[in-house]
Amino acid sequence: MSLQDLYQEIILDHGKSPRNFGELDPYTHEAEGFNPLCGDQVRLMVRIADGKIEDLKFSGHGCAISTASASMMTQLLKGKSVEDALKLVDKFRKAMTEDGDHGDMGELGCLSGVREFPNRVKCATLAWHALKSAVTTGGKVTTE
Amino acid sequence: MEPGTLDVSSTRAEFPALHQSVSGVPLTYLDNAATTQKPQSVIDSVDEFYEQDNANVHRGVHQLSQRATKAYEDARAALANWIGAASDAEVVFTKGCTEGLNLVAASWGGSNLQGNDTVLVSTMEHHSNIVPWQMTAERTGAKVEPIPITDAVELDLEWLAARLAKGGVKAVAVKSVCNVSGTVNPIKEVARLAHEHGALIVVDAAQGLAHQKVSVQDWDADFVAFTAHKAYGPMGIGALYGRKALLENMPPYQTGGGMVRGVTFEKTNFAEPPERFEAGTPNVAGAIGFATAIDFLERVGVEAMARHENCLAKLAEERLSEIPGLKIHGKAKHKAGIVSFTMTEAHPHDVGTVLDQYGVAVRTGHHCCMPLMARLGVPATTRASFACYNNTTDVENLFNAVIKVKELFG
Repeated sequence: MSLQDLYQEIILDHGKSPRNFGELDPYTHEAEGFNPLCGDQVRLMVRIADGKIEDLKFSGHGCAISTASASMMTQLLKGKSVEDALKLVDKFRKAMTEDGDHGDMGELGCLSGVREFPNRVKCATLAWHALKSAVTTGGKVTTE
Repeated sequence: MEPGTLDVSSTRAEFPALHQSVSGVPLTYLDNAATTQKPQSVIDSVDEFYEQDNANVHRGVHQLSQRATKAYEDARAALANWIGAASDAEVVFTKGCTEGLNLVAASWGGSNLQGNDTVLVSTMEHHSNIVPWQMTAERTGAKVEPIPITDAVELDLEWLAARLAKGGVKAVAVKSVCNVSGTVNPIKEVARLAHEHGALIVVDAAQGLAHQKVSVQDWDADFVAFTAHKAYGPMGIGALYGRKALLENMPPYQTGGGMVRGVTFEKTNFAEPPERFEAGTPNVAGAIGFATAIDFLERVGVEAMARHENCLAKLAEERLSEIPGLKIHGKAKHKAGIVSFTMTEAHPHDVGTVLDQYGVAVRTGHHCCMPLMARLGVPATTRASFACYNNTTDVENLFNAVIKVKELFG
């Protein structure tokens, strides 16, 4: 596994210029993801209407991996039903932590290299944990 | 020519773990503030204890137990001598600095602090010298107040003097060397100020042992917490120095075997210090390894080590400063061999991962100093920390790997 495999162009791009970065107003659901080991922090704001994610944004600070992962997640989930979004969250988390063939991950496939760097997996999954907390509890929670 | 007066290559040869490759390149180990590697003599002394003398201490009449007890108490004496304690009884073996500081906060703090009392804790403290005080404060009603620091990461001594003069301060908690910025704090001066106003000084010397010649009496410190593994010794062993008059009047921290004089169901009488604070079977092999590490510090010369490490850290600072967008945190006048930096292009975690791929081991993150990170205005830093076995090649490897970060993320 080389550095170029981990830090693919698309990750560097999203890391440098994250999409959907900032505050969402108004939002219906919110959660904070916090990695106590490194201090990475992501705040996720989601607007849900009729069981659908109308819009979502994130703010906070983190490494290239966590920022890129959050950025790509917001792009993929915008317009999806909450049900489909949660399915994708589970699929992504499995792909990050479990060996084996996880099928076509689309754009997220570029993050598959992270699995070879076990201490960076939490960076990649931070925003996804936060998303799940936000939409399942519907309140303001902190995930670790 | 290597800086300082150390014979670096022969010192380096004593450390088996340094002679390996990671990611296909020779290891550049610059995470010494997290833990140093161990010389063969320390590894052998721990092995020899288990191979030849293994027995419990203070409770057997057989030969092995007598040998183990003697080795354990000799280790205490060696440590007491090295740190300049007035007597061996002032040295309590712990599992590390964290336990030592928890012991002071719980035992001394728990029995001496009340509602109107304040403990001053410096902003640059490690969580292990903050959280135990918060816990004690919760139980006693005392307050924990931060001592501000300057932009250079130095204690604001003027503020400290003024705050002490206002009264109500029972203890001042500071570290002797900062694990993030390398700042060497003026412990003697802080002790003088604290004592002038009737407060005690509690020193976290986690980084101190390997980087400065410690003398608890010269410092005039009341409590000093040490750990072995950051000074070439084994993990899981440390020591707390406490002034005899203080230890004698403190209640036990943990209770059980080995720390009592007599037990009935009506009443238990506790042993005198240091045994009072060493409940249960101690880490005898660790204590022996700790004493062997002290031998190593003495043999190589801790002052020569400090000079050598400072030269390397200065060189690293100079080289890294050439890189645009790289900021070094902590510009204290007196520094030990620790360099923390951030880069505009890359988060410390990405820096750490890239460096690791080039064989360079550094620490990235908040270094268990979140209040200091907040004061510096960064979520995390990358930290390179030097030991006696590092050389200028290590500095160049660090520099070259940081350049790779710049290329990848720039």
